Amino acid sequence: MFIEINDVNKQYKDKEDRPIDVLKGINLSIEKGQFVSILGPSGCGKSTILSIVAGLTKTTSGQILIDGKSITKPGKDRGMVFQQAALFPWLTVMENVTFPLKKEMKKKDAEETALKYLQMVQLGKYISHYPHELSGGMQQRVAIARALAMNPETLLMDEPFGALDEQTRSRLHGQLENIWTETKKTILFVTHSISESIKLSDRIIVMGTKPGIILQDITVNIPRPREEHKKEMLEIEDNIMKFLKKEIDKVVSEELQYANSH
Amino acid sequence: MQTAIKRIIFFAAIIAFWEIGSRLELWHPLIFPSLSSVFSALVEGFQDKTLIYDLIASFKRLAVGLAISLIIGTLIGILLGKSKTADETLGAVILALQSVPSIVWLPIAIMWFGLNEKAVIFVTILGGTFVMALNMRTGIKNVSPLYIKAAQTMGANGIDLFTRVIFPASIPYVVTGSRLAWAFAWRALMAGELLSTGPGLGYTLRYASDFGRMDIVIGVMIIIGAIGMIVDQFIFQRIEKSVIRKWGLES
Repeated sequence: MFIEINDVNKQYKDKEDRPIDVLKGINLSIEKGQFVSILGPSGCGKSTILSIVAGLTKTTSGQILIDGKSITKPGKDRGMVFQQAALFPWLTVMENVTFPLKKEMKKKDAEETALKYLQMVQLGKYISHYPHELSGGMQQRVAIARALAMNPETLLMDEPFGALDEQTRSRLHGQLENIWTETKKTILFVTHSISESIKLSDRIIVMGTKPGIILQDITVNIPRPREEHKKEMLEIEDNIMKFLKKEIDKVVSEELQYANSH
Repeated sequence: MQTAIKRIIFFAAIIAFWEIGSRLELWHPLIFPSLSSVFSALVEGFQDKTLIYDLIASFKRLAVGLAISLIIGTLIGILLGKSKTADETLGAVILALQSVPSIVWLPIAIMWFGLNEKAVIFVTILGGTFVMALNMRTGIKNVSPLYIKAAQTMGANGIDLFTRVIFPASIPYVVTGSRLAWAFAWRALMAGELLSTGPGLGYTLRYASDFGRMDIVIGVMIIIGAIGMIVDQFIFQRIEKSVIRKWGLES
């Protein structure tokens, strides 16, 4: 297995210093080149898993292996795309994408590499623009190009299209699918949108909340492009929806309890 | 356009009142000279170059004092922003010192350096340093954690992370800090010069007052105010605006 998440637990301390389980007993193996979505309601710890794999968050117990090596800190073998584009506003598009390449490449080579990935996200004409001159969708495409420019084995995406409008999102779904087919990266994609996860991934990990646990591991065998298989997509969507409804009810009733007790 | 018209009418009214009041001798010219005599005193001052020498002398001191205060302020601010211990100890001192008007330091400066150029520059440095330090500190503390996370996933850490991400991300605060440091240093310089030897705008102000030349006093005050406003509005506010826009901080 390429990525192995072994028995990972994560606890935070609340205000009264009581431990709260964010993730409990997470076990997950991902094959190289797989597109895996982690799907769940807000607060289920799906972003925390991604952050742990990125090396930005420490586990309370358990370990992550990538290609057999234990992960303790961030590294260029894992590119991350956040919900906000997180581009550096003082740098141009080109300078943003060459940011991770500065140390290991000559300027010319870095710019060539950056241009290749900017063209892949169809922004080759915007290299000298600054982030504030671009729309939200364009910024997110630059962020994807920036993550790809390091040529990482793994791409970690934390609700990357969550802040975009429906049309832009659906266009970027297509682009991401193309990039994935072209580059054969292993993608770990966190989302709360059921349809998004079905549209994009080979495999959907459905998570429950409080504590965050893995509820289901669904393989999506619909051939691509999936627009032509709406019926099969809807079937899976219905199944997950029914399943998640219980979880969402749980969150709602807990919130009500909380509201009533305060 | 509206504002411009309002301003023109407002200033025209003041000038008219000033000149007409003086001519009708509503007040004694020694108390407040007429606009035309202030104007001719200024022309005279520029023609015999005394005001030019004053301006050059003041700006030299300001340049040295402000430059040093920006460097020291930036360094202190970085220290306060990065080290919690420094912030909890030195930070409290800096905050207290910032509320001390810098001219209060002049007696100490005179004891240390004598009543000369150095003492005035010392006061100017103190004028700008603390406000720069506090803004730099806030800037470092307010860097979005997202930028830091993103940079870490791209292999940046340590000094590299600081020089390539944390410092540039806090540039808007550096600009605001510099603007305030300039304003405080300019005030401190004028106060210091009033109490020291010439040449210098502040010195000429006091010298003219000693000789009862109210026309020069008012003229120099106008120069001091005009320089303050021009530098603030046309240099610092413009830089600040463009930086805020580029850094995406517009509300």
